[in-house]
Amino acid sequence: MSALAAALRKDLLLQWRTRAQVVAIFVFGASALLLFSFAIGPHAAALRQHAAGFLWLALLLSSTLALAESFQSEMEHRALEGLLLLPADARALYYGKAIANALQLTLLGVALVPVMVVLYDAGTARLPALLGIIVLGSAGLSAPGTLYAAMTAQARARQTLLPLLLFPLVVPVLLAAVKATSLLILGDPMGQIRSWAVLLVSFNAIYWSLCGLLFERVVED
Amino acid sequence: MHLTPRRGTGRTSAVTGLAVEAEGLGRRYGRRWALRDVSLAIPVGSVVMLAGRNGSGKSTLLRVLATAIRADLGTARVALHDVRTERREVRKRVALLAHHSHHYEALTPRENLAIAASFLGREGDRPRLLALLGRVGLADRADDPVSTLSAGMRKRLALARVLLQDAAVLFLDEPYGELDPPGFHLLDRVIGELRAGGATVIVATHLLERGRALCDRALVLEEGRLVWSGPAAEVPEDAAAGGPTS
Repeated sequence: MSALAAALRKDLLLQWRTRAQVVAIFVFGASALLLFSFAIGPHAAALRQHAAGFLWLALLLSSTLALAESFQSEMEHRALEGLLLLPADARALYYGKAIANALQLTLLGVALVPVMVVLYDAGTARLPALLGIIVLGSAGLSAPGTLYAAMTAQARARQTLLPLLLFPLVVPVLLAAVKATSLLILGDPMGQIRSWAVLLVSFNAIYWSLCGLLFERVVED
Repeated sequence: MHLTPRRGTGRTSAVTGLAVEAEGLGRRYGRRWALRDVSLAIPVGSVVMLAGRNGSGKSTLLRVLATAIRADLGTARVALHDVRTERREVRKRVALLAHHSHHYEALTPRENLAIAASFLGREGDRPRLLALLGRVGLADRADDPVSTLSAGMRKRLALARVLLQDAAVLFLDEPYGELDPPGFHLLDRVIGELRAGGATVIVATHLLERGRALCDRALVLEEGRLVWSGPAAEVPEDAAAGGPTS
């Protein structure tokens, strides 16, 4: 537990020191939302209907930048290798980084919601529920994303490889998050949101346990 | 073989026998063998020079022994533990000063050491971190980002991190590289103190004169093979420039 706390502290400190990058990623996500709105055109109903999908697409695209960046500092001077040689527990390192990434993506998602409201006129009064879906969706992107970011961190084509590997794997998370967010925005007369939330929790349980087990194999020679 | 704690850290190392023993070690990168059939035995408490030209396999050997990479062939035991099957136990007892300094550019030297200390379970030992930074001459730059430090200062930070580990076996890969003359003297002094503390030190270097003065024994690698071993004082003059010819 203390190793996990140490890993989380380290990753949060690194994120704080490179916060200019986080701002750039937010601007990227907001720009994506703006461009998607252009694709729909000035149709208020259509914009509202597609708002949830575009919010999660913007978050997914931004997440690949954030996840790749989170391993940049680990590889620059082989800092991750240095920690493993201390020896730091590989699982603690994984969970520390995955939690820090999930927090960053959650913040990014929360920051993108007002942009979505302005551009798509798609608000909801159920803010705690929306926050819950953003937390679950961000965690579902972060768990496999952190593992794949570690795998691709030393590859030359990492900016291409990471989305290629990540996107197919997170389709269920994306579907569930889009459906749940859409129900929050457009209304949920049949009470379906709970089942989508349960699906998100299930995928998170699988990803977080499996990726934690695989991380050591990925980062050790 | 007896085991005793070293410097009150609760870690153990052999006080008799061998600190490092390897048999038939081989490691390749792609199709090129960087290490071939290397066998060696290094007694506990000795200071050993590892010489050989660029690309002779010095760094690879140190990285295999420190468990940073795996050997493709052969076996090795460091501080009585197998580098292949007991990596964690080996890592608790060794420290590696590598070409890559293992630090975070965006953080300060103090924060980098604090992170290492927290993983070593010594987060409360702040005075020691400052003392370590002072020992390597970085006290006045303790709170500047590492990205603003010179290459020599980064090497000093890497040295402080290695010392923080309080290891029984230390692998120093080109430790003099990028250091200034005061840095050379600092490193000589540190190696002397490590020897006095009972640590085993393996130093990969091209500086034969320094190695002769500091080390007990020497090993010379050439094209991945161990081609010479003996007292450091007798290491051949051409050991760092293509291997001994006799």
